[in-house]
Order: sequence, then C-alpha cells, then structure tokens
Amino acid sequence: MRFFFHIGRYFLMIRYTFSKFTKWSVLKKLIFQEIEDLILGSIGIVAFMSFLIGGVVAIQTALAIENPLLPGNLIGFATRQSVILEFAPTLISIIMAGKVGSFITSSIGTMRVTEQIDALEVMGINSFNYLIFPKIISLLLYPFLITLAMFLGILGGYIASVYAGFSTSFDFIQGIQLDFKVFHIIYTYIKTILFAFVLATIPSYHGFFMKGGALEVGKASNISFVWTSSVIIIINFIVTQLLLA
Amino acid sequence: MIEINKISKSFDNHKIIEDISATFDKGKTNLIIGQSGSGKTVLMKCLLGLHEVDNGDILYDGKKFNKDEISEVSDLRKQMGMVFQGSALFDSMSVLDNIIFPLRMFSNMSQSKMIEKAREVIHRVDLKDVDNKFPSEISGGMKKRVAIARAIVLNPKYLFCDEPNSGLDPKTAIIIDKLIQEITVEYDITTIINTHDMNSVMEIGDKIIFLVEGKKIWEGNNEEILNTDDKLINDFVYSSELFKKVKLSQKK
Repeated sequence: MRFFFHIGRYFLMIRYTFSKFTKWSVLKKLIFQEIEDLILGSIGIVAFMSFLIGGVVAIQTALAIENPLLPGNLIGFATRQSVILEFAPTLISIIMAGKVGSFITSSIGTMRVTEQIDALEVMGINSFNYLIFPKIISLLLYPFLITLAMFLGILGGYIASVYAGFSTSFDFIQGIQLDFKVFHIIYTYIKTILFAFVLATIPSYHGFFMKGGALEVGKASNISFVWTSSVIIIINFIVTQLLLA
Repeated sequence: MIEINKISKSFDNHKIIEDISATFDKGKTNLIIGQSGSGKTVLMKCLLGLHEVDNGDILYDGKKFNKDEISEVSDLRKQMGMVFQGSALFDSMSVLDNIIFPLRMFSNMSQSKMIEKAREVIHRVDLKDVDNKFPSEISGGMKKRVAIARAIVLNPKYLFCDEPNSGLDPKTAIIIDKLIQEITVEYDITTIINTHDMNSVMEIGDKIIFLVEGKKIWEGNNEEILNTDDKLINDFVYSSELFKKVKLSQKK
C-alpha cells in the first residue's frame, strides 16, 4: 500500500509542477541556472566516462573475437552498436542518477529541512513549479549530453582498438558505417528523453517529501539514487521491448 | 485582525490542537506561548494554511480562509509575511536578493525601484554593509533581521514569527523583539509570535494566549500574566528563577 501511496503522490507532484506557473522572468533565470548546474556541469564526467567505456568495449570485443575468419570491421561495428544502443544512453543515465540525482535530492531536501520550501509556500509561490519545472526543462538538453557520450564512446573505441593494434583505422571506420540504422538513433533519443524526465522528477520527489534533518537528507539522496536507477533500468527494458523486439 | 473559531488539528488520530478560539488584534503583537510540544507551531501553520484544519474556521479581517479557493489563498498569502525559526533565507541568494525576492515575484517594479525598496527595509531593520553577503556569511541576529526585512518588504497586513529570538543572545533577542513590535505599530499589521521566551512575553506581550497540550487555557496581556492565579500559567512563567525573584520582590 505504501508503494501505491508514493506512486500517487509522485503523479500529484507532476500535476502541481505544471500548474500555477511562476513569473516567466524569474523562471527563465532559474532554467539557465539549472542548465549550468545539471547539463554543463556534467559534461566533464560524461566525456571522461564515455571515452573510457568506449575504449573498454572495443578492447573486450577485440579480445573475444580471436577467430581469423571473422571480419576486421566487427570491432567497429560492435563498439558502435554497444555505445549507441546501451552504454551512452543507459549507463551514462545511471551515472547521472548518482551525480545529478543526488544533487537535486540534497539541494531540495536541504531547502525542506531549513524551511525554505515553507517560506516559498507562505509567500504564495507554487514551490513545485518553482523548483521542479526548471529542472525538467533544463534536462530537455540531456540528449545533447548523450550525443556527446555516443561520439566520445566511439572515438574512445577507435583510439583503443587502432593504437593497441586490434584493428586498422580503415576496418574500424568501415565497421561503424556497416548496417547503420537511423531508427537505432531514434530509439536512443526516445529513451534519453524518458530518462531525462525520470532524472529530473524522481530525485525531486525524494527531496521534496523528505522529513527530518541533515542525516535524512543523505538517506534521501541514497534512496533517490536507488529508485532513479531502478526506474531507468525498467524503462530501458520496456522501451527496448516495445521498439526493438 | 485574525479570528479563529474552534479549530482542531490531528495527525494520525492524535489531536495536536483542540477547539482553539482566539482573536489576534491589528497593530498589536499577539503572542502564542506554551511549552515545547504544546501545539504552537501547528497552530501557526494552520493559520498560514500550511496545515489544513480538521474543523473550525479561520477568518482574516472577517473573510473566511478557504484553502480550496487557490486564487483567494494566493492573494491572501501575498499579504502575509513570515519570519521562520531558522530564518529560512535562500542560501543561493545574497541578502539583497533575498529581500528583493517577494518584490520580484509579485510586483511590477523596475529593478532600480526594487533595489531602492529593499534598501529602505534594510535600513529599517538596522542592517549595514550586508547587501552582497550570503546568509552563510552573516550572524544569527543579522539573519533574523534579513528575515524580518524580507517579511515586510511587500507591506504585509499579517506578520507571523515562529520563535524569532531562538538561538540569539539575550540582548540581541530583546532588540529583535522590540524591532518586531515597532514594525507592528508602524505598519499597523496583525503580528502573531510563537514563543516560549519569558523576556518576550514581558517586553512585547500586548496579547497573549497560553496553550497546554493543544488547548488554550488562558488569555490576557503581559501585566495580567504576572498576577494570574492559574497554576499552569504560574508553573510556566515562574519556571525561571529570575521571574520567581521578580515576583518575590513585588510581593515585598
């Protein structure tokens, strides 16, 4: 029953987020601030992780295909498919659930503990819209991060396989061009948009409705990460089943 | 003026406040006193509409506060100022931005007019050279002054203060109490203060209601409270050695 209570309250929160809008001049500043905190502030970690993950995928693929009958472009092909379909959108989103999700939960949770949310409500401001809506809008730029992750993941795979001698530059590039389906990119962006919504709202929910003090803010961030990453995995499964199976 | 008629509030079938009726007068500092856990904060949150009452009515200047009428609540809240126990200043904003915030949200003033108005209230609460400082860079007493400045910047009709002098040294606490009282008279607002500080009661208690376990058991002012025979009131007032000595010296 408790689970359904949280589900219901989460959807009510979403409804309130899209009602009684804050003044546009204020909202605009908040959106730019969130873009800086959530998107621009994550470029470094996304670039670092995706470049190395791409490299690891390429090396592991190369080590797994020792059969000389297999074509040389298979490493490039496998790296592209793994990075575009799974590693860039899903794994990076789980990393973002830790980075961005914890940031959102702890910042909103601290506002709850220090009565800043009560202060907003007493002033007659819709605190859901004021705090959560700018996060949802700023995370509409999340596909930009995932595009960067896709590019850097494949680049990492290229550098790792070519410079470690697993593949030639020609074979790798031929591999990443092989049997390219535009729908795979569409599938990835559909997932990414859904993950972005989850990344903005589930951590906000855990921050908004937390009770207690500083210790509970830490606990809420922890629970928020578990739920956000779990929901990302579940959505990933459902979307893959619906669109690719 | 704010009137409450027989309001009650429960959490998980546990009554926190029960059948409280009172009138809070305009231009006066109205104090809600009682021990910790007596229901003061819940009563204030009910008045603010942060908690919905189980039964009873709340009337602001004769008009019923109906939480379901969102536009009415919104309009009413623009006439309310609140000073929270922990000041509740926005960490990410400078002192000046904290004070400008209500103006930015609810007025159509130009930026220069907003700054001018904010500086006016900063001057009124006796703050100097804090405009660009952040809440983490100023003292507890200064935070309370900033919170008061933010609460009065929209010229509210109702001012609520939840233990405004908690965590302050006695001298600063009295200064903050006096500041609230002066502002109440100057702006002619209905001020309600939650406190269990007896100095506040003596200094600024124009009207006092006393709560015990969620029930109102006494009402009066700061002179009457010293002379009442009510045992519960006396236990509360004279729990301090200082006030016992004052009473003894008065008797002598």
